[in-house]
Amino acid sequence: MCVAGAVNLLLQRHPINSALSLIVVMAALAGEYLLLGAEFVAAVQVIVYAGAIMVLFVFVIMLLNAGVEERSAGSRVSWLLGIPGMLTGSLLVAWVLLRHAGTETVKIGEQFGPPRAIGQLLFHEFLLPFEVTSILILIAVLGAVALATKPEKPVEGGSR
Amino acid sequence: MIPLSYYLLLSGFLFACGVAGFLIKRNIITIFMSIELMLNGVNLSFVAFAARWHALSGHVFVFFVMLVAAAEAAVGLAIIIAVYRTRETLDVDRMNLLKL
Repeated sequence: MCVAGAVNLLLQRHPINSALSLIVVMAALAGEYLLLGAEFVAAVQVIVYAGAIMVLFVFVIMLLNAGVEERSAGSRVSWLLGIPGMLTGSLLVAWVLLRHAGTETVKIGEQFGPPRAIGQLLFHEFLLPFEVTSILILIAVLGAVALATKPEKPVEGGSR
Repeated sequence: MIPLSYYLLLSGFLFACGVAGFLIKRNIITIFMSIELMLNGVNLSFVAFAARWHALSGHVFVFFVMLVAAAEAAVGLAIIIAVYRTRETLDVDRMNLLKL
């Protein structure tokens, strides 16, 4: 389901369809996190990604009235070199992963990663990165507001 | 008991889809969504490794990655709105103001 959503994101031409398939990918990933026992991360994934970020994306798509994108044909060299190169690269990576990491297994449904322990870790060992991230978020909010507001007219009663 | 390599394969596939979308898409919003897809792929491998070695730090890293992704999405979408206001397009092929 996750794979289908990701492929659909590439194939769709309209951005709103891509956004919806990205939501599918994120929901499927949240399910994966739950299976891996990371309930806190799954909750944050649903709230932050599927909630906030995707609402932002859909809002901007609606706001800018984004239409169907036109496709440009790539050059012949990119077709000739890119597809075999991509296939060999991905097959090589898959082969190495399946061959050399086959013994490591992950238990499914094992409860691990309770929010309390994550909170303890976050506010003791990772306190400085946490605070720095809060400042980063503040700067991001200010920057977003400063960028997205309409620029005011520089000259009063001038060129209009 | 699922092999760890399956999670890594799915994570790598998501990352590859993100890279492919970043390269072949023409709409700047879709390019932005491809970046989010790449971040999600990395997050999946973080959580898989954390579950394998019972290291809670992986979850904290995923948390930070999500925060940075949220900040980046906010700023990036604001930039997209500003660009659309001045250039009236979302096509990256037509954003060639810096070209000679």
